[in-house]
Amino acid sequence: MNSAAFDAGHVDDRVMALVRDSRMIIVSGPGGVGKTTSAAALGVLAARHFSKRVLVLTVDPARRLATALGLDALGNAEVPVHLADAQGSLTMAMIDTKASWDDMVRRHAPDSATRERVLANDLYKTLTSRFVHSHDYVVTERLYDARETGNYDLVIVDTPPSRSALSVLDAPQRMEQFFSSRLLKLLTAPTQSRLLSIASRPFFLVADRILGAAFLSDIAEFFTLFRTMEGPIVSRARRVGALLADPATAYVVVTSAESVAMAEAHYLVDELRRRQHRLEVVLANRLMPTHLADGASVRATAVSGHADSRVHALAKAEHAIAQVAERQAGALAEMDSWGTDVVLSESRSGEITDVGALLAMGEALTLRQPGILSPRNTVAP
Amino acid sequence: MAGEQGKRVLVCEMDDKGSLAAYLGCPPLKFEPTEVSPNVSAMAMNTEDSLREYIRLFLRLPIIGSLTPLARIFDFVANAAPAVKEILAIGKLCYEVREQNYDMVIVDSEASGHFVAQVSAPDALATLVRIGIIADQTKWMSNLLHDPQVSTVLAVVTPEEMPVAETIELRQRLAKATPIDFGGVLMNRMPQAAVDETALAAARQDASLARTVQAGDWLVAQRSEAQLQVQRLAEAFELGNVETIAEAPADVALPQHITDHLVGELHRLSSSDA
Repeated sequence: MNSAAFDAGHVDDRVMALVRDSRMIIVSGPGGVGKTTSAAALGVLAARHFSKRVLVLTVDPARRLATALGLDALGNAEVPVHLADAQGSLTMAMIDTKASWDDMVRRHAPDSATRERVLANDLYKTLTSRFVHSHDYVVTERLYDARETGNYDLVIVDTPPSRSALSVLDAPQRMEQFFSSRLLKLLTAPTQSRLLSIASRPFFLVADRILGAAFLSDIAEFFTLFRTMEGPIVSRARRVGALLADPATAYVVVTSAESVAMAEAHYLVDELRRRQHRLEVVLANRLMPTHLADGASVRATAVSGHADSRVHALAKAEHAIAQVAERQAGALAEMDSWGTDVVLSESRSGEITDVGALLAMGEALTLRQPGILSPRNTVAP
Repeated sequence: MAGEQGKRVLVCEMDDKGSLAAYLGCPPLKFEPTEVSPNVSAMAMNTEDSLREYIRLFLRLPIIGSLTPLARIFDFVANAAPAVKEILAIGKLCYEVREQNYDMVIVDSEASGHFVAQVSAPDALATLVRIGIIADQTKWMSNLLHDPQVSTVLAVVTPEEMPVAETIELRQRLAKATPIDFGGVLMNRMPQAAVDETALAAARQDASLARTVQAGDWLVAQRSEAQLQVQRLAEAFELGNVETIAEAPADVALPQHITDHLVGELHRLSSSDA
């Protein structure tokens, strides 16, 4: 049905323009609002209607979605997704933190001895596999890679939920700051000069007591090795940072109409703006279909007075619908006040289990939408 | 609610979203616990404040003058060696438990990925640091966290594909990372059954009721989708019955609604928690 409406040209071109004109789309939003699915749907939409080579990078797809897309249990590998009648092509990949760090070390290490020592370092292993924040930087590395290779015309990134998306965006800058920090110089200074330097003494007194001398020297070894990669990593971090701020990089915030999710989405909208990223649309997902929401209380009255008394019980259902509809209308009005285009996406019956369902979802986003929200001009970068 | 039973409770929000304060109907929370209702205190985790307290309490180092340089150094350390942030967060909570300042510490944790890292931080650090203050520190924290009489994880999940998959994975990842007790799982926001099947069948006979039938079908579909997820969860956790909480009616404040349903559950937890 959507394809028919789509072909008939009932198109609202905000989402079409988004996938047509962007070179990178970064999808963020609170957890559990269908972020990954939305990213995948945008990817399918782009590959189906434009002759683009599209890559969807995802951090953590729902298992069934992954299976539907042929993404079963893969690490960093990129997997082509078959898409019927597509003008372009679609590839999906997941981001595996440990494997991505290893790739990065292999790429940037000045020689094979350093490379092997970093990869074998205990601290390195623990940092890259056990601590979640180490994920942030490699995500940006991966998307830079995807753009740099020239293999893709559009890269869509499904970021980790909520605020973690912001840590990802800030990661390149942090990496750069880290290399220029006094701390790194302190940690990697030879032991003798540490004792001589009066300036650094208080720091080491504290650090020694907290961490113990042995651990401190482990840290020193690791960071000394890590510093040998400073040049390439810093220059890359700078380019990754520039890419995130590029006008061809568009941002989408996905949310549901539920209040906790919306508070989080609103925060993301504000933070993206503060960073002057090009926030293109807020995608209001999981909405109750409008044709049900409209006139539910009128229908409730009609049902209660219906000649067939057996159907009177349905008034309760209609009241429930009316209640959801009212909450939803309030939520949408609030989203509208955030100052960005809001695109509505109705919750779909059944799960998204194949590419066809993703296409239907993507195309539905481009249909002319009910007049709750007024489209406004795209927010200037 | 445990507070109403005379227990001293500390509620802590780990990420600084501030929604806990909104639910409790109080001003934004700080690191320093504030009493939000009789016996109930609330705090928001902040690793920098936690570091200060840690230095004051455990190292007994005199802190002279401004802490700004320390804070700056800390910022770099925390971002470079992220274990620091996690250990400080979990350390503060363990400290409150050990000192018995409260009978129960309830932690509104971060999303599942971060949570595993936090709760297993003492174990992870212990493999890196074998001697020194940190090593001793991680030992007692691990002991507290691993003791099922003291700590337990309660997973809260909504009846949707992604959250259910994540919760199932959470338990597997937790089991791999740390021997903490997995106390149970709570299904929140179950759609209410509001559709009378006989009435719906009758309505199908009248074309003028088409919209109402669609509305009814939609509610039924929502409900059965949710039930499917409950079933998936029950199978994965080998539970006969998953505790569920119905979706809150619009006119009831959320904490009150959840409180009403949680009394029994927390009773059970608090008897093994305190």
